[in-house]
Amino acid sequence: MTRDWNPEAADAIVAAHLQLEGPLLPILHAIQEEFGYISEDAMRLIANRLNITRAEVYGVVSFYHDYRQQPSGRHVLKLCRAEACQSMGGEANAAKLLERLGVDWGGTTADGRLTVEPIYCLGLCACAPSAMLDDEVHGRLDADSLEALAMEAV
Amino acid sequence: MKLYVPCDASALATGANKIALAIASEAAKRGVTVQIIRNGSRGMYWLEPLVEIATPEGRIGFGPMTLADVPGLFENAAAHPKAVGLVEKIPFFAKQQRLTFARCGVIDPLDLQDYQAHGGYVGLANAIKAGAAATCAQVKESGLRGRGGAGFPTGIKWETVRTAQADQKYIVCNADEGDSGTFADRMIMEGDPFSLVEGMTIAAIATGATKGYIYLRSEYPHAIRTMNKSIALAEKAGFLGDNVMGSGQAFHLEVFVGAGAYVCGEETALLDSLEGKRGQVRAKPPIPALVGLYGKPTIVNNTISLATIPVIMEKGAKHYADFGMGRSRGTMPVQIAGNVKHGGLFEVAFGITLGEIVNDIAGGTASGKPVRAVQAGGPLGAYFPPHLFDTPYDYEAFTKRDGLIGHGGLVIFDESVDMAKMARFAMEFCAHESCGKCTPCRIGSTRGMEVMDNIIAGHEPEKNLALVKDLCETMKFGSLCALGGFTPYPVMSAITHFPEDFQKPAIPLAAE
Ligand SMILES: NC(=O)c1ccc[n+]([C@@H]2O[C@H](COP(=O)([O-])OP(=O)(O)OC[C@H]3O[C@@H](n4cnc5c(N)ncnc54)[C@H](O)[C@@H]3O)[C@@H](O)[C@H]2O)c1
Ligand SMILES: Cc1cc2nc3c(=O)[nH]c(=O)nc-3n(C[C@H](O)[C@H](O)[C@H](O)COP(=O)(O)O)c2cc1C
Ligand code: SF4
Ligand code: FES
Repeated sequence: MTRDWNPEAADAIVAAHLQLEGPLLPILHAIQEEFGYISEDAMRLIANRLNITRAEVYGVVSFYHDYRQQPSGRHVLKLCRAEACQSMGGEANAAKLLERLGVDWGGTTADGRLTVEPIYCLGLCACAPSAMLDDEVHGRLDADSLEALAMEAV
Repeated sequence: MKLYVPCDASALATGANKIALAIASEAAKRGVTVQIIRNGSRGMYWLEPLVEIATPEGRIGFGPMTLADVPGLFENAAAHPKAVGLVEKIPFFAKQQRLTFARCGVIDPLDLQDYQAHGGYVGLANAIKAGAAATCAQVKESGLRGRGGAGFPTGIKWETVRTAQADQKYIVCNADEGDSGTFADRMIMEGDPFSLVEGMTIAAIATGATKGYIYLRSEYPHAIRTMNKSIALAEKAGFLGDNVMGSGQAFHLEVFVGAGAYVCGEETALLDSLEGKRGQVRAKPPIPALVGLYGKPTIVNNTISLATIPVIMEKGAKHYADFGMGRSRGTMPVQIAGNVKHGGLFEVAFGITLGEIVNDIAGGTASGKPVRAVQAGGPLGAYFPPHLFDTPYDYEAFTKRDGLIGHGGLVIFDESVDMAKMARFAMEFCAHESCGKCTPCRIGSTRGMEVMDNIIAGHEPEKNLALVKDLCETMKFGSLCALGGFTPYPVMSAITHFPEDFQKPAIPLAAE
């Protein structure tokens, strides 16, 4: 579970990475892990501590698909949309699930339970179609097992 | 009773953890003492989760296992409905020539002693004894070419870094593995991580580098954990640190986690990303071997290139070079994926034909329908139709047929595939992942998507096809890197080999 914004905790995270050669990405990962997303406050604090501009931090945050600028749902389901998963019907399964949940790609269910995001290959291509729910991987999904997976996260 | 249950991500994705737990509780219930080793995968993914039991004759396998199959493991094993016999006698496995993946699936990935008992760290000892110049010469002689996809001779790259003068040099492993249909990097990092650590350490000895990074994509959380643990173990045992294996040379290694950008697999974008910047492609030259990370001479090599170094230094360059054909020496871990009956990793000497792999080894499609197309070399690779299945697996032979081997991925499609949609997807993917530095890639791919939409809707197909071909020419010759430059491969191969999919009757406009 992620926690609310807390500048002292954020400061400690930044400080713990300062000895690294290229600390910005590891810091952003750790901040997102802790707070769930990279807020405006976080970007300003990081910029300040690393002695770079807020625009530079924003440039990096916005470049990478991993970094989120808004909170996600309590769980994140990443569905693979790359070729191997397409060859096994992944797109049709995904379309069905999105319709059932009433969200589009990147959307969060109204109850804040689940965010569904696209991902391009999880390296599980011989067990396609595949997905990752939070940090857990799942393969050989069909429309039913995918729906069950999406419903089990509370 | 000694059992093996893989901890490979694909095994976990199909339930391996539940099986391991069920085995432990079933054993406790029956009062049987069991030792469960969490090995890597053998690469026969259609059998995962594949449980193995050690017997005096060898390891016998059971798969794909379900929870209901667990109690049977403790009864008459030969009669078990999921029994597949001696694992190493399964044709898919027996037909391989495993050099890079020799230990993967066999040993406990995080048992350093097990690693050494299977030839581990002999290569590093040999490299230290031989010295930097002779080590580079060995790598050159092995014929090893970059397994990331471009196939540049690894030994020449190393020699460039070795002879460069600098106060600091780096070894960077490219473990970004963004290509759909590929998982060799993931499999070796999860199943035999020390081979990568050792390979990178040999690179350090061969060039005088003292610092290394593994740029590992965030989509691989299990590989990240395993690599971090293996680095800590190697440090503790003196294989990494201030004095590597008593050589007097320091080498420090770190995992750096990517942030979900396909283009960061391109080596210069990767280096910028490592430095904490946006992952934008730099113009080459200068090449990273001379001006790399923080401007210092840097080896950037793919995971498989580096993980293959230990066996070359253990068994000798000649042993490796004796496999293969033409200028493609050694073996390639071919990754067979998609709509396939027997998907997995098949390490084999270059020279085998595409058809042998797809039909004989992989057994055709999972759906049982005829194979219609195979995409070779990831999202930037060409689609091959069955009439080109006589193409031998060889860098030059693939190039001759307007395709590429790339990182060794093969994605199989059955006859239900719509190749116009796949061509559109190639453009969409390029637009989604473009770093934005050059116009042909950034604008061309978006425009390409729109034009493909028109073709799919049947609007002026002749005119729009000519437009797509034009766009492809512009992207091919006007892009700075292979993302924009190679996207025309899947698009043009789809148009060339499957023209019927691009001639749809116009979808009538909705009735008023
Ligand atoms: N593995 C994956 O997931 C993946 C994803 C996308 C693309 N690719 C592959 O990437 C390839 C393109 O890569 P690229 O643009 O880096 O190719 P490239 O030909 O520019 O370079 C290949 C390698 O050789 C090195 N090199 C080139 N000339 C050299 C010299 N004179 N001395 C020393 N080193 C030299 C480069 O620095 C680089 O490391 C494509 O073929 C594609 O298959 C792989
Ligand atoms: C868009 C793009 C993505 C790439 N992705 C990867 C990758 O994920 N892994 C990789 O090893 N090489 C990738 N490459 C190739 C690298 O630029 C580089 O050639 C390679 O890491 C060199 O290592 P090698 O010589 O051992 O193959 C990519 C190239 C491009 C243009
Ligand atoms: S071709 Fe695309 S990804 Fe490559 S440098 Fe140009 S814009 Fe960036
Ligand atoms: S294409 Fe979906 S996991 Fe690789």
